[in-house]
Amino acid sequence: MPIVSVIEAVRDTIRSEMKQNPSVFILGEDIGARGGVFLATDGFVELFGPERVIDTPLAESSICGIAIGSAVNGMRPIAEIQFADFVWPAVNQIVGEASKIRYGTYGKKICPMTIRIPYGGGVRGGLYHSQSIEVIFSHTPGLKVVAPATAYDASGLLRSAIRDDDPVIFLEHKKTYRLVKGEVPSDDYTIPLGKAEIKREGEDLTVITYGLMLHYVLQSAVECEKLGISVEVVDLRTLRPIDRETIVKSVSKTGRALIVQEDTAAVSISSEVSAIISEECFFDLDAPIMRLTPLEIPPMPFSPIQESEYLPSKQKITSAVSKLSSI
Amino acid sequence: MTNELNKSRLKKMFRTMLISRALDERVWILNRQGKAAIAASAQGHEASQVACIEALDPSLDHFLIYYRQFTVTLALGTTPEEQLRTFLAKDGEIMSGARQFPLHGSHPRVDLFSFSNVVGTQLPQAVGVALADKMRDSNAVTVVFFGDGAASQGDCHEAMNFASIHSLPVIFFCENNGYAISVPLSKQMAVENISSRAAGYGMPGVLVDGTDIFDVFEATSEAANRARRGEGPTLIESTVERLLPHTTDDDHSKYRRKDDIEGLSRMDPLPITAEKLVSINVLSKSDIQMMEKEAKLIVDDATEKIGNEPYPGVETMLLHSDLEF
Ligand SMILES: Cc1ncc(C[n+]2csc(CCOP(=O)(O)OP(=O)(O)O)c2C)c(N)n1
Repeated sequence: MPIVSVIEAVRDTIRSEMKQNPSVFILGEDIGARGGVFLATDGFVELFGPERVIDTPLAESSICGIAIGSAVNGMRPIAEIQFADFVWPAVNQIVGEASKIRYGTYGKKICPMTIRIPYGGGVRGGLYHSQSIEVIFSHTPGLKVVAPATAYDASGLLRSAIRDDDPVIFLEHKKTYRLVKGEVPSDDYTIPLGKAEIKREGEDLTVITYGLMLHYVLQSAVECEKLGISVEVVDLRTLRPIDRETIVKSVSKTGRALIVQEDTAAVSISSEVSAIISEECFFDLDAPIMRLTPLEIPPMPFSPIQESEYLPSKQKITSAVSKLSSI
Repeated sequence: MTNELNKSRLKKMFRTMLISRALDERVWILNRQGKAAIAASAQGHEASQVACIEALDPSLDHFLIYYRQFTVTLALGTTPEEQLRTFLAKDGEIMSGARQFPLHGSHPRVDLFSFSNVVGTQLPQAVGVALADKMRDSNAVTVVFFGDGAASQGDCHEAMNFASIHSLPVIFFCENNGYAISVPLSKQMAVENISSRAAGYGMPGVLVDGTDIFDVFEATSEAANRARRGEGPTLIESTVERLLPHTTDDDHSKYRRKDDIEGLSRMDPLPITAEKLVSINVLSKSDIQMMEKEAKLIVDDATEKIGNEPYPGVETMLLHSDLEF
């Protein structure tokens, strides 16, 4: 199986979906000749032409509004928001509008669109190229939210997202784009939306995470093994609908749960996971639920020392695991 | 401000352009050396920016800028050292405490409004700044800078509409360099000029050659006078070329034709301005050479000094946050 990076997996998957289905088209800023600022659509305008690879004006509300219109009228648009930090002008269209189409029309209309959004930090992006924005969308009934961490998951989940009949917010962590590589089959596989995956089996403690943090958690788990702590790692992969079953099964087994995320803590994915565990695993817990998140300040300082202090790291995860396992 | 561009003002303007260029070139080198994480360049925009500021009053007026405004910040009176420090994110960075990208934040001496990286958000905010002035009978003018790309945002339309309804003292100063990263003007709008949109809002729209300091100065002075007389906003479109790629992360040979890139130097405002100033006997060729040397020296000194400074440590991280203690 070929080894590819996350960005290559994304690129190959969009290309193959566009080849297979003429209703799939892409729109966004600089996705044409430039190939996207992260090169997710490099070479596409030459391959598919400017009718299916639309370089839009700099206007996110219209990018998403136009995607909605064309989706409801039978196309399968993939909109690219250049950076998560710039999605805010489009929140009206996504949260306010796209999410309500199927429910609000009593099922007469559907909105099969995918919005790809590079997000996350650790790339010296400062306050406006580092944000985690998943919560706004994960809170919204009618949307699906996907946040893969590996090349294999990115490809299989993106294929499912494009083929799904509902609006899907597809979050790609910028730092994983080139850093993270893995085997990706060249066949047409899909991974179902809404299913978490156990990325490492363990007995003593469950760490629940997603996105870039998965990789730090997995590195820490190796370290913890040497310290005699067996860590099970749950990669959420889809943030809405969240996979309660996998979380509950794992935490019921280990009796201890640590949630690690790059986003700030208040009213976040970790709050939701924590609530699920309290609701369903109360009598199985051997220790309080623990969360490892950044400080509650705007993400994240541009200056390098402060940026690394801000983010959870392998070391911080290992010490949180040690602490939790000793309670 | 009088509306006379005398010799000493012209000299000062040209000096600012030279320092801006020297600093700009330096931050690109520092980026390639791995010392500056990112830079957007003002190269090509210097004449437009310096002449616009010269027509205004930094001690009274308000300035909402965006990331390509190296020359504006210098013209307003920030120092080259302060500016360079924003690129290197070093301790003592005066704009945002090194929390933000270069030039972002605010300044203790100059009324630079905090600006976001989200393109277009500054436009309605500028209108609010002007509204506050009008409510308190201030004589200040608010200038908001934006690119041709930003002109596509809904915020731009909404801002111009409101400002004109309420005759607010705003100058909408668009630096049209023909590209929003890689997207050419023809894919951003079906009209040729942004200034022609002004008619739709009921305000004057003025098109100026952004390489001509006299042209830009005159148009901005007139817009400022109009605003101070209570007659409302003006849209100025200043046409320039972006001489370099969008930022240090970009490669414009992917989307600009080779001959187009090669022809860019013809629109370089530095030689254009130098030639003009020599022809009207404001400067001699040797003056210019001396001034260029001086600009390099200033930048060398700043680079050396800041290069050895530490990054801010973790102790200031929580200041001005919800967690401040
Ligand atoms: C809302 C938003 N969308 C996208 C971006 C990414 N981006 C940064 S600059 C830029 C192009 C801006 O072009 P223009 O306004 O013409 O200014 P220029 O850089 O040419 O001076 C884009 C798309 C952003 N910063 N904000």
